[in-house]
Amino acid sequence: MAENRKKIAVLSGKGGTGKTLVSVNLAATAGNSTYIDCDVEEPNGHLFFKPEICREYSVTVPIPVVDQESCDGCRICSDFCRFNALAYVKDKLLVFEEVCHSCGGCVLLCPQKALKEKEKPVGTVKEGFSGSVLVRSGILNVGEASGVPVIQRLLELPELEESRDGPIFIDCPPGSACIVMESIKDADFCLLVAEPTMFGVHNLNMVWELVRVFKKPFGVVLNKCMRQEQNPAETFCLEKKIPVLGRIPFDPEWGRLNAEGRIVAREKEECQRLFASLLETLMREGETV
Amino acid sequence: MKIALPVDEKSGNSTVCMSFGRTPYFMIYDTETKESIFLDNSAAASQGGAGIKAAEALIHEGMEVLLTPRCGENAAVVIKAAKIPMYRTKGDSIQENIDAFLKGTLPALEEIHPGLHDHGGK
Amino acid sequence: MKQILILSGKGGTGKTTVAASFIRLAKAKVFADCDVDAPNLHLLFPQKEEPQKNLFFGLPKAKIDTTLCTSCDLCRQHCRFSAISKDGNGYHVDPFACEGCAVCGALCPVGAVSFEEAPGGDLFLYCGEGVTFSTATLRMGSGASGKLVSEVKQQIKEASKKAALVIVDGSPGIGCPVIASLSGADLVLIVAEPSLSGISDMERIIKTAGIFGTKIAVCVNKYDTHMENTEHIKRLCEGLQIPFAGVIPYDPEVLRAVNEGRTIVEKDCPAGRAVLEIFEKTIPLVLGECVV
Repeated sequence: MAENRKKIAVLSGKGGTGKTLVSVNLAATAGNSTYIDCDVEEPNGHLFFKPEICREYSVTVPIPVVDQESCDGCRICSDFCRFNALAYVKDKLLVFEEVCHSCGGCVLLCPQKALKEKEKPVGTVKEGFSGSVLVRSGILNVGEASGVPVIQRLLELPELEESRDGPIFIDCPPGSACIVMESIKDADFCLLVAEPTMFGVHNLNMVWELVRVFKKPFGVVLNKCMRQEQNPAETFCLEKKIPVLGRIPFDPEWGRLNAEGRIVAREKEECQRLFASLLETLMREGETV
Repeated sequence: MKIALPVDEKSGNSTVCMSFGRTPYFMIYDTETKESIFLDNSAAASQGGAGIKAAEALIHEGMEVLLTPRCGENAAVVIKAAKIPMYRTKGDSIQENIDAFLKGTLPALEEIHPGLHDHGGK
Repeated sequence: MKQILILSGKGGTGKTTVAASFIRLAKAKVFADCDVDAPNLHLLFPQKEEPQKNLFFGLPKAKIDTTLCTSCDLCRQHCRFSAISKDGNGYHVDPFACEGCAVCGALCPVGAVSFEEAPGGDLFLYCGEGVTFSTATLRMGSGASGKLVSEVKQQIKEASKKAALVIVDGSPGIGCPVIASLSGADLVLIVAEPSLSGISDMERIIKTAGIFGTKIAVCVNKYDTHMENTEHIKRLCEGLQIPFAGVIPYDPEVLRAVNEGRTIVEKDCPAGRAVLEIFEKTIPLVLGECVV
């Protein structure tokens, strides 16, 4: 990806806070931007953009394959494997693909060179356009353990067009585990989406810790704000001196449009203005506060 | 004949464990000597592939028949590769199940469940 | 003993709201929070006594002794997880990236690589006042969430034997933690959201749960935010012969209840009454022996 383009990761400690709403609407408002959906277990961004797919890639991981003729049953491989992916039974070496972590150890250690690797598909990455936005989605096949290889592919794809110069929005998976870390690794800025509930604060706390450990500049956008209601998330940000970059109101009409998979900023002027303002703030934000 | 069962405690009076791969212990009952040995299931602590490791260990110990309430698909592959028959236990009494097997009233284990991929999935 | 697991596929649909209400209504003595990434149940069920705490360990992670290291670079070249790097001070392992595969240890010619157990999470077991409540948090960088979920469920195993009904608040998504939560469940209640994303996620979770052959029921939260999508979900369930347990209207009281630390069924409001009806429809599905 072009080094001079600003990469903004959108994350929250929990699902359903509005990560996709925020990242999709920001990307749509910016135009000439790239939207990357790293929530590979439950991707949703493409439902809003409905992009015209122009490229599709299979994401694969290397899995060992055994030449039974060369195998002499020494069991060095199955004893070594930390993931119990190999078992030697009745003169045959069995490989269990779903528990294999693709570390390559067994292949390296086999004294008879009886193990080679084949590529196993674990997911897909698709690219397409929605207006001027380049949309990239990754999906992990049901039953596969780790979304990390798919996220890595998503973030490493070479740029389709050199002329694209808008910001890159990374719609992260919920939580703060490994797949989230993988998604924010190269981000220039992290935008945390917070909900005005006690749960929301608890989860915001977790993801706040994460961005600080990774030393990323960050700010918060408060979602589902209701007037005259106490907002525990706002209180939290005040106490911890976390910059609040924007407030998205709870609006049933916006909620309805969102539920229909429509990009609210492309249909409601007030929404467009809100996101344009948030975008402007984000592009200005640079250094750690 | 050596009959293996997953058990909750190291005693013949204990109960049959609900899980195969993550049972704390296995019991192997020898129909000829009428003696039982108990094995710690080292695979229980594995992140993943517990059933695979447990199956491999039991085969190594000379198991010839397995009585269990359920079995994961990966463990089943190992056990079937070793041509060891599996029977489905009923209730949790160890003695009752062994007796039922010897009488021929235990059904063969047909449903194999997908692996419980507890293996560091991110 | 019967176990009900509440799942949603997507996060934020109201899984914990429903699970907490069920616990309250059933006066459940045994319950667990399997959302180890972002546990919330303990916020609604604060316990007086300190819990039993246990560290959860994932696979041991590699550590390089720079005094023994000869900089042959074999470890870094073969690490598939980009966990080994070199800087002015020598070779280092990034504990967040290390998966514990031990290839580096096997290749090191001078034995400079050792493996240390790294705490991957914290398990909590509350056993006060006749209630057994199991929960855990995954530590940052840990990958073994599926195994931690298994541990959370293992903690209630003994107590479950004496309980009539056990309620488990499941994990979001469709991956390993969800699969791990499914083990031992007699009924899965899916809380769905009437949005395109919500329906897409619901279908994936039905597929995942279906693989296990577990009984499934579905309810729709915030149904009045999109009536057409709610009808679509009802038809989907009919087609799949999945019992439809009911709908919950959008209700601002839900938010207030959470902020007050109460479950919605403790408030006299539309959402509270709806959840009660869903509870009354769901319980016979799991306790009634004659239900096919």
